[in-house]
Amino acid sequence: MAYKDEKLNEEKVFKDPVHRYVHVRDRVIWDLIGTREFQRLRRIKQLGTTYLTFHGAEHSRFSHSLGVYEIVRRILVNFEDRPTWNREERLLCLCAGLLHDLGHGPFSHTFEKVFKLDHEEFTRAIILGDTQVNQILTRVGKEFPQKVADVINKTYHDKLVVSLISSQIDADRMDYLQRDAYFTGVSYGHFDMERILRVMRPLEDQVVIKESGMHAVEDYIMSRYQMYWQVYFHPVTRSADVILTKILHRVKELYHEGYTFRVQPVPFISFFEEDVSLSDYIHLDEGVVLYYFQMWEEEADPILRDLADRFVNRRLFKYTEFNPNLQMKDWMELYQLFRDVDLDPEYYLVVDSSSDLPYDFYRPGEEEERLPIHLLMPNQELKELSRQSDIVEGISGKKRTDHKLYFPRDAIEQLADDRPEKEKIKRILYR
Amino acid sequence: MLDNHARLVGIIAAADGVVGRKKLQKIIYIMKKLGFPFEEKYTFYFYGPYSEELSLRIEELTNLNFVSEVKEEKSNYYQYRYQVTEQGKAFLQHAPADFSTISEPLQEIKQKSSRFLELVATMLYFDQLSEDEIEQKVEEVKKKSNYTKQDMQEARAFIKYIKQTMVH
Repeated sequence: MAYKDEKLNEEKVFKDPVHRYVHVRDRVIWDLIGTREFQRLRRIKQLGTTYLTFHGAEHSRFSHSLGVYEIVRRILVNFEDRPTWNREERLLCLCAGLLHDLGHGPFSHTFEKVFKLDHEEFTRAIILGDTQVNQILTRVGKEFPQKVADVINKTYHDKLVVSLISSQIDADRMDYLQRDAYFTGVSYGHFDMERILRVMRPLEDQVVIKESGMHAVEDYIMSRYQMYWQVYFHPVTRSADVILTKILHRVKELYHEGYTFRVQPVPFISFFEEDVSLSDYIHLDEGVVLYYFQMWEEEADPILRDLADRFVNRRLFKYTEFNPNLQMKDWMELYQLFRDVDLDPEYYLVVDSSSDLPYDFYRPGEEEERLPIHLLMPNQELKELSRQSDIVEGISGKKRTDHKLYFPRDAIEQLADDRPEKEKIKRILYR
Repeated sequence: MLDNHARLVGIIAAADGVVGRKKLQKIIYIMKKLGFPFEEKYTFYFYGPYSEELSLRIEELTNLNFVSEVKEEKSNYYQYRYQVTEQGKAFLQHAPADFSTISEPLQEIKQKSSRFLELVATMLYFDQLSEDEIEQKVEEVKKKSNYTKQDMQEARAFIKYIKQTMVH
């Protein structure tokens, strides 16, 4: 029997708090899960710094990836007898679902911004490079690794396959919304996934939803909206992200200035040089990063020492709402005042915007920016979701952006009371 | 502060406004591929390279009244018109992002249809491939758009032209 068709003698299951069980029968999937590159995902948290706000949010990219695989598997069971579905694509979909996040690193959104990286490029590199994952995929077929990479990259010729893994209602989102809700403990994020899976229909180049399932999809869109504001965009998590960003900027700056570290940050050097090899990337996980953060708490540089201590011991920055248009003068005055009291504003006065986050809302795609969710009407016509649903239309049009100004309130309070700058800073920030 | 936002305001100002969300998406992508310092992350979607980060940033700029957005109803779709406001011009003075030197080639890009810019952006997305491979890939991922060989030749010539004119 060809390797691609090999089945395990007995079905393996992973106990999963969201989907109850993750079922594996294909030898290829089982082998992929066992690779060092996939096991590495156990050491990378799905929600980065969110655990500093919601202490339960310690779940990993590993459990999310298994979850996505399981949802794809269930969708394909439903698609099996549909004439528009090509059964030959089954293993490709399962592999792409399982491996879609393979290139994520520790706190990857922040690392990407500071070190100009792209986790999707690393996903591709792991799938196509000299790795255990590549060896397994190549055993399926010489072209198979490239096909998996193309599906994940959304450049595969069969758009239907791509839309299962990546669209506005895909296996990825359906897993992370439910999983993140479960682990953070919030009561949002729940929707009737079984119902959605039952009303999904494969068309030539996209997955659509049978019109009778619209209310289940509305619930999914509402979950996405609420999770955005309640979890992903939580101002305290953003504070932790701000500090993390500033730590990485500081350590990079010190490295380029020739600063002598107490412990040489060897695993970071290629990141500072912006010349990261696949091997460097794979070796840097959260354990390594957090070890260095503890080392940096002992550094001589006062800024790095302070920021690392803030992150490790959760002494986060406070925030105030900020309108860059109406408060431009405040900003310029604060910037100078912070300088005057020796709080470097580059590190201690930070504007954070909603667009700095990697999560998104539903977009109706009015000008073909992005494919929307389509409902399949009884007459076989396709209608964009927000044109049919008042609820979705309502939340699609809302103002969904904000800006916050982050600052170390404790450091400001510690300034001597007779310093005139202290009062001025407080007057602006606590207005 | 808000340097990435400032660059977007600067481009819209230099182009003297942009009509169409899709067009704006593709213009910024093309400029990014030409080496201009845009940090918005793009991924490939159904209609070519798209950046959610850019969409949200534009939404922020309109909510801040730095950029005005006018929704126009066309025969069977909506179209959005973007223009820098007076407040946006004042913002640019604090956070300089001056693209006036490339205003002319920018106007030329702007005159092209969003369908053509989608093709240009898609070809640039695959620019690590050979010319034949790019054409093959475009045919694969843009089956329904029915781009002809001539469209692709035009797009290639256009890419060459803007690479020469948009020196920064």
